[in-house]
Amino acid sequence: MNTRLRNAAPWLFPLALALVPLVFPDPYLLAVLTSAGIFIIGAISLNLLLGYTGQLSLGHVAFFGLGAYTSALASLGFDIGIGFGLRITLQPQPVWLGFIAAIIVAGGFGWLLGRLAFRVRGAYFVIITICFAQVLRMVALNWIELTQGPMALISIPPFSLWLPGQGVVPLYSKAQNYWLVLGVAVLAFIVVRQLVESRIGRALVALRANESLARSVGIRVTHYLIIAAVVSAGIAGAAGSLFAHYVRIVDPDVFLFIYTVTMVIMVITGGKGTLWGPVVGGLIFGLIPDLLRGRAAPEAQWVLYGVAMILFVMFLPRGIVPALASLKSRA
Amino acid sequence: MSDLLRVENLAVHIGGLVAIADASFVVPAGQVVSLIGPNGAGKTTAFNVITGYMRPTKGRILFDGAEITGLAPDRIAERGIVRSFQRTSVFTGCTVLENALMALHRRGSAGLLGALFRLPSARREEARLREEAWAMLEFVGLAERADTLAEVLAYGEQRRLGIALAAIAGPRLLLLDEPAAGLNPSETAACMALIRQLRDRGATILLVEHDMPMVMQISDGIVVLNQGRIIASGAPAEIRANPEVIRAYLGSGDWQEAAHAAA
Ligand SMILES: Nc1ncnc2c1ncn2[C@@H]1O[C@H](COP(=O)(O)OP(=O)(O)OP(=O)(O)O)[C@@H](O)[C@H]1O
Ligand SMILES: [Mg+2]
Repeated sequence: MNTRLRNAAPWLFPLALALVPLVFPDPYLLAVLTSAGIFIIGAISLNLLLGYTGQLSLGHVAFFGLGAYTSALASLGFDIGIGFGLRITLQPQPVWLGFIAAIIVAGGFGWLLGRLAFRVRGAYFVIITICFAQVLRMVALNWIELTQGPMALISIPPFSLWLPGQGVVPLYSKAQNYWLVLGVAVLAFIVVRQLVESRIGRALVALRANESLARSVGIRVTHYLIIAAVVSAGIAGAAGSLFAHYVRIVDPDVFLFIYTVTMVIMVITGGKGTLWGPVVGGLIFGLIPDLLRGRAAPEAQWVLYGVAMILFVMFLPRGIVPALASLKSRA
Repeated sequence: MSDLLRVENLAVHIGGLVAIADASFVVPAGQVVSLIGPNGAGKTTAFNVITGYMRPTKGRILFDGAEITGLAPDRIAERGIVRSFQRTSVFTGCTVLENALMALHRRGSAGLLGALFRLPSARREEARLREEAWAMLEFVGLAERADTLAEVLAYGEQRRLGIALAAIAGPRLLLLDEPAAGLNPSETAACMALIRQLRDRGATILLVEHDMPMVMQISDGIVVLNQGRIIASGAPAEIRANPEVIRAYLGSGDWQEAAHAAA
């Protein structure tokens, strides 16, 4: 009975979250939780790279932004010239297709970045990833024909889903979007869990723990780092797509460095390299800004982030989840 | 008898230093060959080059007839050469069982789809790998420590885990870099028994070791390296009687000890 309870326990949490819109149908609360949820998906994806492979990608928002633009453009359609008098035209597509395209495009860029950047490690890797996100931001700002530049892509349709008995319906309500994000977050969590609790996950952890030993037993470094990068980027792209159809406006600011920093903080405070770390860290740092809204200036928020980060690094360097786990095992 | 490993005219220059000047030797399949020599002779450097961690300045390495010079370490491991490290090397932060499973990597093949969907084939493979990991831990006497973090193990146990990790990867050629370093006599005896068992299971072994009694007892062949050059090679009895070897080692206590022990 005890083990059955323990097996069921992880499902109780998303189940409880699923009941929130029914118990507290407060639109403000749901909005806050939904945007926190989108960032938690981003943090879950970043954790695969940062936590399990130990590679610090400071350009993670690039995949989020790529997902947002891909999905928005697919659902809006576009008509652009590509030189030599040729044009590419895309009619508006269903949103779910945009969602899948977002995952594929972000994952593809994850593969590309992995191929280029995993040759160099350490500081150079970090710099390459930062530059990658900055370049994409420049493209988004300047390729006005495609992205509208700073004028932003607007009137993005909301996510639509096939629901039993209702056919394909657009999700306008806060509760529907909340459930959608919750569903994708649970999926992302499961994908990462399946991956890390497998032969592939062991290879990733082995590389992080002792790279030369890992290579000596035949673990191919770049192969596994690229798998992690592709899956991580794909999930971040999915989060970007959710963001685009939830906020329904996408501008080049989705590539801002500060969003990467937010995700990094979520992963590190929660506990990098643990499954629940990004969820716990994400809930805390996803909710704080909104709890402080109106009470503190945004600048004060960033100062608070910084102070919290320093305190964590000093007192809980491995993050909340590992600290709780060691408390539990000591008890 | 066929030569599993051939090292031909190997030279390794590190900056201005000549770590290996010109070395050629072979390791016949199914044997235990020891590579011995004083500190700084170039033994670990030879291991690093054979396993792809360093590029040679000159020369070729052939494994089972195919050239492997300059391949990456993980590619060389895939072909069947696995080494242990002179300085103890384990997967820190992971339990002994996890260490074993990581070293079993090459014995599995499950990929992304198998992992994501927990395909029956992947589940079966996982169960098989766990069995193999337990069997190897039993074999090297670390089964009771399966749930201990590797870095918490006693020094002797860590050394044994290091050898086990190399052995568990299922190599055709196993390179062991001073497996008995720092072990007490009974641990050394256990280490020697382990190496014999590994050979009996079909592995060919190239051993670097300073413990001369052990080398003399366990080796089928011995290659003596001095200042980056091979000064002798042959059966233990020939090496013991070789005047040049004795001269190179003169004054070295462990060698005299060895000569006495072997006499
Ligand atoms: N990475 C390196 N950088 C500079 N010099 C090196 C490097 N690796 C080895 N050497 C030098 O090459 C020579 C051979 O070293 P090596 O480690 O191969 O000796 P060894 O035979 O394994 O000695 P020991 O018995 O002490 O382990 C030494 O002079 C050493 O200082
Ligand atoms: Mg050495």
